[in-house]
Amino acid sequence: MNKGKAFIKRLTGYRLFLPLFCLVLVLFSNLIKTPGFFEVTIKNGVLYGYIIDVINRASDLVILAVGMTLVVAASGGTDISVGAVMSVAGAVCCFILSGGQQSVNEFVNPYILGVLAAILAGILCGCFNGFLVAKLRIQPMVATLILFTAGRGIAQLITKGQITYIRVESYKMLGSSIPGIPIPTPVFVALIVVLLTYVLLKKTTLGLYIQTVGINAKASKLMGIKSAMIIFLSYAFCGLCAGISGLVASSRIYSADANNIGLNLELDAILAVALGGNSLAGGKFSLLGSVIGAYTIQALSTTLYAMGVSPDQIPVYKAVVVVVIVALQSTELKRMVSKLQMNVKSGKKVA
Amino acid sequence: MKKREKIDGKVFLLIITILLFLVMYAAGLIIFKSKGFAKPQVFLNLFISNAGLIVIAAGMTMVMITGGIDISVGSIVALTCMMLAWMMEIKGMGAVPALIIVLIMGIVFGLVQGFLIAYLKIQPFIVTLAGMFFARGLTAIISQEMISIKNELFLKWAKSKINLTFLGGTVNKKGVVNYSFIYPSVIIALIVLIGIFVLLKFTKFGRTIYAVGGNEQSALMMGLNVRRTKLLVYVINGFLCSLGGFLFALNTCAGFVEQAKGFEMEAIASAVIGGTLLTGGVGNVFGSLFGVLIKGTIETFITFQGTLSSWWTKITIAALLAFFIILQSLFAKAKEKK
Amino acid sequence: MPNEIVLSMKNISKTFPGVRALDHVDFTLRSGEIHALMGENGAGKSTLIKVLTGVEEFESGEIKIKGESQTIINHSPQEAQEHGISTVYQEVNLCPNLSVAENLFIGREPKRAGLIDWKTMNRKAAELLSKLDMNIDVTKALENYSIALQQMIAIARAVDMSAKVLILDEPTSSLDDNEVEKLFRLMRRLKADGVGIIFVTHFLEQVYEVCDKITVLRNGGLVGEYETEKLPRVQLVAKMMGKDFDDLEAIKKDGKTAGKSSETVIDAQGIGRQGTIKPYDLQIHKGEVIGLTGLLGSGRSELARSLYGADKPDSGELKVNGKTVVLHTPLDAMMAGMAYLPENRKEEGIVADLSVRENLILALQAKRGMFHPIGSKEQEELANKYVKLLQIKTASLDTPVRSLSGGNQQKVILGRWLLTDPDFLILDEPTRGIDVGTKTEIQKLVVQLAKEGVTVMFISSEIEEMIRTCSRMAVLRDREKVSELMEDELDQNHIMKAIAGGGTDE
Repeated sequence: MNKGKAFIKRLTGYRLFLPLFCLVLVLFSNLIKTPGFFEVTIKNGVLYGYIIDVINRASDLVILAVGMTLVVAASGGTDISVGAVMSVAGAVCCFILSGGQQSVNEFVNPYILGVLAAILAGILCGCFNGFLVAKLRIQPMVATLILFTAGRGIAQLITKGQITYIRVESYKMLGSSIPGIPIPTPVFVALIVVLLTYVLLKKTTLGLYIQTVGINAKASKLMGIKSAMIIFLSYAFCGLCAGISGLVASSRIYSADANNIGLNLELDAILAVALGGNSLAGGKFSLLGSVIGAYTIQALSTTLYAMGVSPDQIPVYKAVVVVVIVALQSTELKRMVSKLQMNVKSGKKVA
Repeated sequence: MKKREKIDGKVFLLIITILLFLVMYAAGLIIFKSKGFAKPQVFLNLFISNAGLIVIAAGMTMVMITGGIDISVGSIVALTCMMLAWMMEIKGMGAVPALIIVLIMGIVFGLVQGFLIAYLKIQPFIVTLAGMFFARGLTAIISQEMISIKNELFLKWAKSKINLTFLGGTVNKKGVVNYSFIYPSVIIALIVLIGIFVLLKFTKFGRTIYAVGGNEQSALMMGLNVRRTKLLVYVINGFLCSLGGFLFALNTCAGFVEQAKGFEMEAIASAVIGGTLLTGGVGNVFGSLFGVLIKGTIETFITFQGTLSSWWTKITIAALLAFFIILQSLFAKAKEKK
Repeated sequence: MPNEIVLSMKNISKTFPGVRALDHVDFTLRSGEIHALMGENGAGKSTLIKVLTGVEEFESGEIKIKGESQTIINHSPQEAQEHGISTVYQEVNLCPNLSVAENLFIGREPKRAGLIDWKTMNRKAAELLSKLDMNIDVTKALENYSIALQQMIAIARAVDMSAKVLILDEPTSSLDDNEVEKLFRLMRRLKADGVGIIFVTHFLEQVYEVCDKITVLRNGGLVGEYETEKLPRVQLVAKMMGKDFDDLEAIKKDGKTAGKSSETVIDAQGIGRQGTIKPYDLQIHKGEVIGLTGLLGSGRSELARSLYGADKPDSGELKVNGKTVVLHTPLDAMMAGMAYLPENRKEEGIVADLSVRENLILALQAKRGMFHPIGSKEQEELANKYVKLLQIKTASLDTPVRSLSGGNQQKVILGRWLLTDPDFLILDEPTRGIDVGTKTEIQKLVVQLAKEGVTVMFISSEIEEMIRTCSRMAVLRDREKVSELMEDELDQNHIMKAIAGGGTDE
């Protein structure tokens, strides 16, 4: 019995245990609901199947989760403007590509310009958030609340209140697939973002600094690490990720729908980070954990869809999961539980 | 004795708010004179259209004074409307039992959120963010399509004008006198406002709310029951959310999934613009009232203007919110330096 | 004139895991008495107070208070208050956003018809404060008033609620001289009213100015209770440090001129920080080991931090190697060749969740800059070198620092700074919580570094350590640098005398 206990303890001790366990659980429940879940075929030269769909659709979230992970790690706060920033980025891109018209069949301006503009927009939004949090020391939740409110409005203004369509084949490629490559493009993009971020974190000192600032900001200052700059950069980077994700999302629907792009994704992003075993209070983080968390959430959504739950209703389940995970992370709960255990052990309390 | 004669920051912020409102309204009187902005009804409409927001902003003010925040209010309003509509139209319940049930729902919501925040010490933002998605999703589970309320009693409530004869009236073409009017919802909103004001200013519970927001550790050491106070704040807030939702429903007479999207932002903005500090410890329901009136005035502007999209309201509010947030933080920094 | 005993604590013992915080301690307080409670680090002062006020439980002993026939046990600060014991802490535990009157009466506001009666409350508040010689506008928010005044208001609240025993826990740490005087006036008034005051403080002069009795604790045990006027300063210092002051013995130390040159590395003129350390002049020469000595709370760490730029000074000029420098941030100090091992390793030193290796190379990395990451091979080499040098006990280089023992954690931080190859190394309590063997290693290391030309500033509560390693000492008292001791004056007697200061009859 003891050996079993020790094994379980070791197993659960691995950082990635929780996210992997959840992922496996959800994939398994998907399999039960949909026996052909793991079947993969090739349609029109592209990989096709339930599992492919999950991986594809999760890409937007994966990219967001990468940015959100850094923000949480460095500042212990969350950026709830990411969905709105996605919308802004998509709007900017389509505006540039359509030259201000509502629907075009060919690029008015070069594709690359639209892409760069969208990314820049994302970065600018991130810098705005970063400035408020790092320099003015406003709470992250509150600071990002502003873009959360105003972002979609700004996107609406850019698209003049209407959905702007880019009916150009090459535009759709980002969101679907490039001819000749069987893997859907968003999956690539997500992969590249994750890899590049990983390299950035390891090859520069950014990863180390973010963790240091998140764990002990005082100590980091004494050692000469500019904590304000690190926090600022993390928000700027999150904005960058939101911009890229917005491009992908926009390309999927080859339009800029200010109201719907990135809708509700902010909760998903936070959930992905938490599910990935990262503490929402900041500090040490695992990028891979968040990525696994993101795929898990997408798989969870798929399970719920299969059970007949509509997209509008899914947030209910996600909300419960978030609360459960955060409650489990809460130190107060641990204290209450251990107090309860102590009381039970010592029998009656002496008055 | 080092007594500092500086302008009391909180009073300063409140004065800015009131001035802002007066200036805006005056501007409206000038710009839209020809379109009839000067009618007293225009002013009264501010209250009519925003009765729900006033109630919710009062609750939000209380929550923010404790240093917390509640971003689930919009979703709870939507849930309230949907529940009312569903209960009355689909289940055939009476208006009064339906109302009682939604008020209880609001209290339960507040209880759960309050417990997580006050006892498990989870950040209010995360809890109410989850609450927001939960309530919104629940709304969609109840019904994905819009349900119009046709219940007689309810519609009677919604349509019963209260004519303010003392303000005089205008005689229209048919010879009928049209008085300025308000609806009972306005009365309810004002009662709530006064009630919360008295609560905050004249009860031990109310003063504890300020103490907790000012310095939670000190409040604890002074023997105040911090946890229970916080819990109660969220419970009352939950009740006010559903009450505000009810008033909202009186205006729209329908329940649908997308309702009141972004409402929480309006409530928070009203409180912040009204002088409530995001860091807690400072807040005043009458200031929040002016915050609501400012938002209403902006909306009225946009309506009178006619061509601008309604998104401009949201953007202006967000800009004002940003301005006041930055102003607050600058004040705080200046205070720190001293 | 014997006043009656208002509080009597007998035989109090308390153990925390691994340490005996209080060992059969007695404490007696009489009414109308201001009684100082003193002791160095780990003496047990705060534990005694916590036990009295119900924040902590105690294992044995008894507490008696005037008016209660039975012994009492307080389970919470509220209960203590009901028994007539209130505490006012250094961080004013009031709410800055509420008015003065509210702070005085919150939780027990005068009511009329169920609602708070503001008029009565304001009136009562004004009355209460004027009785204590404070005439201020009670309707203004607390934050409008200075910390000194806020503290006095906290005292007024405490006294109003329970007037038997008032505990003042380091009340003067953030006050200037004028404010301290005001506080003392209030204390004397309360004393005349019969309140018993326990004054926990580090400030020697203040104790001699206002206290009737002194109780000294050391390492959890009672050293003794003394009448202030009968205890010479030097004796007090000796008792706090656990030493014997022998007037006749003055052991001369032979020269320890290890590597000392006349080159001035650090030249500080008039550097000070309001509320923290009074302006001082200090010159440090290359290869010197200069010690900062004084009682706990005398300003040693504050002086070190003001040099390093951890707390920016608001006056004075600093020259490093002859060049005037302005240190805006710790990074500036690091680039100028300084290094600083902080006193509070938990809060300002270790990055708990990062590995030993990462903790070791962090400071060096910050020096090198964000775009020159130290390669993993170099990291390993450097880390291994210092793990070996300092004999850091760790399962591996990748173990999180969190799981190391306190002493080993300290070694990691020391290693971190040594890694940066500093010219000027400030060590604030480097041997605290470290085993005896390693303590010696570190002292040897310090002397060795000095020989190699590194200038070291050494702060320690253990005089012997400093005597062994330092070639000069600066003496601090009550947040001020009061004197310097040259090499031949570095013995216990001289040091204690310098710390104690005082008049000729003391």
